[in-house]
Amino acid sequence: MFTDWMAKYEYIIELGKELPLIDNEYKVGDNLIKGCQSRVWLHAEEGANGNIIFTADSDAIITKGLVALVVRVLSDEKPKEIAESDLHFVKDLGLNEHLSQTRSNGLSSMIKQMKMYALAFQIKSIE
Amino acid sequence: MELQTTLDIQHLRKEFPILHQQVNGYPLVYLDNAATTQKPKSVINAISDYYSRYNANIHRGAHHLAHIATEAFEETRNRTKTFLNACDKGEIIFTSGTTDSINLVAQSWGRKNLNAGDEILLSMLEHHSNIVPWQLIAEEKGAIIKVIPINENGEWDLSAIDSLLTSKTTLVAVNHVSNALGTINPIKQLIEKAHTVGAKVLIDGAQAVAHFAVDVQDLDCDFYAFSSHKIYGPTGVGVLYGKRELLESMPPYRGGGEMIKSVSFEKTTYNELPHRFEAGTPNVEGVIALGTALNFIHSLDWQSVHEHELELLQYATEKLSSINGLKIYGTAKEKVAVISFLIDGIHPYDLGTLLDKQGVAVRTGHHCTEPLWNHFGVVGSVRASFSIYNTVEEIDLFINALKKAIQLLK
Repeated sequence: MFTDWMAKYEYIIELGKELPLIDNEYKVGDNLIKGCQSRVWLHAEEGANGNIIFTADSDAIITKGLVALVVRVLSDEKPKEIAESDLHFVKDLGLNEHLSQTRSNGLSSMIKQMKMYALAFQIKSIE
Repeated sequence: MELQTTLDIQHLRKEFPILHQQVNGYPLVYLDNAATTQKPKSVINAISDYYSRYNANIHRGAHHLAHIATEAFEETRNRTKTFLNACDKGEIIFTSGTTDSINLVAQSWGRKNLNAGDEILLSMLEHHSNIVPWQLIAEEKGAIIKVIPINENGEWDLSAIDSLLTSKTTLVAVNHVSNALGTINPIKQLIEKAHTVGAKVLIDGAQAVAHFAVDVQDLDCDFYAFSSHKIYGPTGVGVLYGKRELLESMPPYRGGGEMIKSVSFEKTTYNELPHRFEAGTPNVEGVIALGTALNFIHSLDWQSVHEHELELLQYATEKLSSINGLKIYGTAKEKVAVISFLIDGIHPYDLGTLLDKQGVAVRTGHHCTEPLWNHFGVVGSVRASFSIYNTVEEIDLFINALKKAIQLLK
């Protein structure tokens, strides 16, 4: 998609700037996903149609851009689709290194957390 | 800028094969030497030579290979003794690293000597590996941890030390050089003061040994710990120096082979120093290659190392200081070639990511010193740490890459 790393990161950084900030009331310890280096906050709520709406934030702009990419793909989707998504686009974009650094940026943990929410919403809807 | 040094850097760089590669299409600029240094060919070859010619378990086999391997292993102990100027080779214990060395002292000496209400004095500059082992034993024994504060330059607040050292202080455990800021701490002064109140002193020398000569007799420290991989040797090997009378009074902390004299189910007697603390088959090739690394260091001259690293530190400090909004953390008068910094409004992780994209390896984050960064009120820093094989040209590449990263992020 991008041949030049600068164009790619310019795009990610722009995405990071655009991401609607999480409501301050949700930027709390309970929603914090702590990476070794950057922190991510994630909030999930049920939309009108049973979809899950995610909002998120990070203190590092590149992480925030990556978070925005994932949120853009997974937010406002059915819980089942979120739980089963394989996020191949992260690989396609050549951004795998950000996922493999599991401890450093909190992105992998965020995706896990999104899937946990999706499972929890599924169970709730069955009940 | 021309370096006034007797080190032939270009020749030296040829000894380090890893340096000659491209990362993400850019020449590698390796500035994460405080995390681990790269290895010269001689060290890499020593490991391969061991497995090609004389791999054997040491100290027990009666055969030829075991004999050569044991000799080579013990030769490193001799070289380490000389390297630290210890009194005798029984005072040199091989461990898996500085962390392991500190844990050994905490679990053996600490378990025997610490009592409820005793105080362990650490400093604000400590690495987690010189905090957590003490917390574990302190919790078990009811001992109390006290902390030497620092000033805004990242130097110990010396005026606080006199009131922190009391008759209750049983142990002082501090680093020789701060991994996060590069500060060289006045440990000789502290050791002398600690001894007047009867406390023992452990020095975490992980960040010191690559930069200047260490003389444990002159320092008069009770324990000194360092890691092989920070002085051009392999990972997984460390050293604990301890004064003989202290080591002799300490119970073994891990049981197994090698550390015993005789074993029966009724009574086991322990081997003499240093083997009593080296249970199990050690990292033989690692220890032997550490010996080669010590030889490599011996071939350099400390004064030239110092001059070269000082030039790099001054040049990089000057270049970084001219960048708008950049703040250097750690401006001690005495420091090694380590620079921690932050740029206004930019997260260190973002800088580290974009520097990596341009082939520059730095460390970002809290550098395992969370209390220190909490003290400064920031999440961590970007840390560039230099070694003998770094050049002024590399600093220029680093500064240009940093400017490009800032431009993208602002």
